[in-house]
This record gives sequence, structure tokens and C-alpha cells, in this order.
Amino acid sequence: MLLVTVSCGLLVLLIAGGLIFKSWPILTLKPVSDLLFSSTWQPLKGEFGFFPFIMGTLWVTGVAVIIAVPISLFTAIYLSEYAGRRVRAVMGPLIDLLAGIPSVVYGVWGVLLIVPFVQDHVAPFFRTFSDGYTVLTAGVVLAVMIFPVIISVCVEVFNSIPVELREASLSLGATRWQTVKHVVLRRALPGIIAANVLGLSRAFGETMAVLMVAGNVVANPQRVLDPAYPLPALIANHYGEMMSIPLYDSALMLAALILFGVVLIFSVVSRLVLIRVERRTG
Amino acid sequence: MQRNKIEEGVAIGLMWISTGIVLLSVVLILGTIVVKGFPALNLDMITKTPSGGFYLGKSGGILNAIVGSLLLTGGAVIVSIVFSLPVALYLNIYAARESRFAAMVRLSLDVLWGIPSIVYGAFGFLLMLTLGVRASLLGGMIAVSLLILPMMARAMDEVVRLVPRDLLEASYSLGATRWETAIKVVARQALPGILSAILISFGRGIGDAASVLFTAGFSDNIPTSLLEPAATLPLAIFFQLGTPFPEVQARAYASAVILTAIVLGVSVVGRLLVWRYGRHVVK
Repeated sequence: MLLVTVSCGLLVLLIAGGLIFKSWPILTLKPVSDLLFSSTWQPLKGEFGFFPFIMGTLWVTGVAVIIAVPISLFTAIYLSEYAGRRVRAVMGPLIDLLAGIPSVVYGVWGVLLIVPFVQDHVAPFFRTFSDGYTVLTAGVVLAVMIFPVIISVCVEVFNSIPVELREASLSLGATRWQTVKHVVLRRALPGIIAANVLGLSRAFGETMAVLMVAGNVVANPQRVLDPAYPLPALIANHYGEMMSIPLYDSALMLAALILFGVVLIFSVVSRLVLIRVERRTG
Repeated sequence: MQRNKIEEGVAIGLMWISTGIVLLSVVLILGTIVVKGFPALNLDMITKTPSGGFYLGKSGGILNAIVGSLLLTGGAVIVSIVFSLPVALYLNIYAARESRFAAMVRLSLDVLWGIPSIVYGAFGFLLMLTLGVRASLLGGMIAVSLLILPMMARAMDEVVRLVPRDLLEASYSLGATRWETAIKVVARQALPGILSAILISFGRGIGDAASVLFTAGFSDNIPTSLLEPAATLPLAIFFQLGTPFPEVQARAYASAVILTAIVLGVSVVGRLLVWRYGRHVVK
């Protein structure tokens, strides 16, 4: 049992090792700055510039976080501080349900509803043309996907704050909202940030839904109505040809390594913060 | 005083709007899928494999993908149980429950939980290259079991952690060994939670596309051995949606209904099991 436990714990290192080993050939051939900041993506000529894909990921994740954070935060505050038992009993399972919907179904939903909406209403509103497969579309779909992550972690963080603190504030004549603002939110701040970083890293690595709605054009997006080509979509779209072009497999493994590295750092930091939050109250 | 009231009103308004948006998105997703998918749903979809020209709009169904997904995820879940259960029992019975070692393993599992599934797909592909396995049912099982292992192990760990300390001590004081306590007392006490952990992991596994994309391959036939490529539901949806034919796209929506129904069905069964077997648990 000890062996199984230790090996599960070491899986992180194993994955990191495997990905580094496979992306080593390209890392020794090209300078890292070229790989990360060059915009030329021509695998047949041996040019692997990841910049458009990195920008695509950042744009899409950024839009998702901007939409999801305020909505999730207000919902979490409502559910933990204001809502009655009945509302909670309804919303809890619904949020779990949202978390359980497969990403490919989110993608289908995006194609059916958000893509036409962006094409027919949002783009004409800004007097431009768009086929609907844009940064904005992917951002909206991702935002909905990360609602449940942020909401459920935030609600847990709020629930870990002692009731006595709220009662003390209320008994001094503060209104409920003042209590939330000055006592609950202040106390919960590290936990809230950690919750949002977890949501962000989820959006960062999400593949299928984004692949289906982001447009997948190799170019740096300039505005939210441009198409994007995020890193996970790049890996997913090109697995078929990666064994036939030299260095291609290594380049795609490097893309996976970048995703892995960024998500690893984000989630280690946010988990450590959450553990501290838990310990302080426990 | 007046300003406070206005501010509180605005804040509550924003909360209502936000909660409404979350509620609305649930309704919109399920509504869209059902409205678009239901008309295309018929018996052929779930009883037949694709015939020639299926992806051009000819007849057939997605039985290959349904069976493929169930086999693949079922296998992955079994592999994951074999690894997760010992981890959960070890962390809570053999290791000191709140020791630094346990904390490290938990942190590591939590971090693994957050790793994007495409990375597991890529890593699974690497493993397969090393082992000389082609894209197959087996390859997909490896990738999906890696994907769901951290989630299942952590969920089991959480329920085993809730088993009261007193119960363990009562068992020890009757002369039971740690192993007997683990199997006969703790595993039984935590059974509903363990079952629900298994079902939740099944739901995540069956819905994930990115991890099986490189590893399971795709085939119009139902796989008859571990080394044959297997179709999976999420990929069937993805490929059908990618064709330019409206009839085939309509089938993609119907397939999405089937996948969503399986995932939701599993989660409802999980809740029922917890409720049904929760009665035998010592509180």
C-alpha cells in the first residue's frame, strides 16, 4: 500500500519527466526565446513559433476569467450569506450538474447557441463581420465551464469563516452587506484568489470545447472578435501528422509541457493557500 | 444610513443577477442539447453500428461509440479503484492521518486533478510509444485511468477521513489488526462515499475527449480485444459535428443527448446509492 501511495504521489514527477524527455530534441535545437516568441509556425520548414498559440490561450482564458469571476463571486456570496435553505438545496445540485457536463457537450452548446449569437448579434452590433468562431465565443463557453469550480471553492471558503465573526459585526450595528464586505470578504480574500486561480487553470488547459468554438486560425488575436488558436487545440488538432514531420512530435510535447508547467505552478500555489486557509480555521 | 441601504440593494441585485445567469446557463445548455438532439434520436442510433457512408448521412448508429466508451471507462475505473482504494486506506489508517507525508500525497493528488486532460492524453501517448502499444482500447484505458485516478483517490480519501476515530479505536481494542480494521470496519463504513467517488470518476472519464484522442483511436466496429482501436462517445460527437452534412450534425446533437443522459444518470444513481446505503453507516 505504501508503494502504491508513493507512486501515485510521484506521478507528477513521472509526467514532467516524460514530457521533458520528449520535448528535449526541439529544446536543444532551438533557443527557448525563439520557440516562445516567434510567430512563424511552419512545421514543414522546421519553424516552430508558439507565440500565436500562447497569445490565443491567454486571450481566451482572460476573457473567460473576466466574465466568470464577478458572476461566480456574487453567486457564491449569495449562496453562502443570503440564500435560504431551499434556494441552496436547488442550486447545489445544479452547480454539481454544471460541473459534470462533459466538455464536448459544452462545445456542442457553444456551436449551437453562442457561435450564431456572436455572428448575428454581437459582431453586427460592433459593425464588423465575424463567423462567430472567436475569442469571445470561446471565452463565454469557458466562463460557464469554470463557474462551478470557482463557486464551489468560494462557498467552502466562506463556510469556513466562523459564524461568531459575522455575529460580532452584526451586533455592532453593521448591515449584512457591510458584514460581508468588511468581515467575510476580507477574511476570505486568500481563499477567493485561490479559487479563481483554480478556475483559471481549468480554463487554461481546457481542450475540446475551445477547439470546437475558437476558430483555430494561426494569428495573434487583436480583439475579442478575432479567432484564436489556443495551445490545447493545437495539440489536439495535429496529433495525426505528428509522427510524419520531423520534430513535430517534439514540438507538440513541448506545447503539452508548457500547459503542464503553467497549470502545475498555478495549482500548487492555490492549493497551498487553501490548505493554510483551512488550517487557520480548523 | 441611506447610502448603506442603496449599496446593499445594489449588491443584492447583482447577486440575484449573477445567480440568475448561472441558473440560466444550466437551463440553456440542457435545453439546447435536448431541443436540437431529441428529434434526431431514434432506436437505430443506440442499436446499430455505423454502416458504410454513415458520416455522409447514410443509415446506422453509434453503438460502436457507446459500447467503446462504456468498456474503456469501465476498464479505467477498475484500474483506478485498484490504485485509489489502497491510497485512501493507507493515508488514513497506516500513515498518521495528518502527517506531513499524507499532506504531501494529498497535495500531489490535488495538483494532478487540475492537470488538463490533453496533457494526460499526450503523456498516455508517450507511454504507449515506449511500450509499443498502438492506439487501442488498452491505450485509452491507460490514459483515462491516469486522468481519473487523482480525483477518485482524493474523493475516497475524503470519505475515509470522515470515519470517526472512535470507530477505529473500538476495533483495535477488540484485538483487530489494522488490516482487518481497514477492510471490515473502515471500508464498510465509508462504502456509500466510496461508491459515489467511483461513479463521479466514471462520469468524468466517460465525458472526456482530449485524453482518448491520441490513445484510443477510432473505429466503426465494436472492439473485440484490448488491442483494437475503440470509438468513444465524445469523439463520435466531435467527428459527426465536424462533417458538413446537416443530417450527420443532427446525429451529433443526438449523441450529445445520449452522453449527457449517461453522465447525469450515473450521478443520480450515485446520489441514490448514498441515500440508500447511508442508513447502515454508524453516525
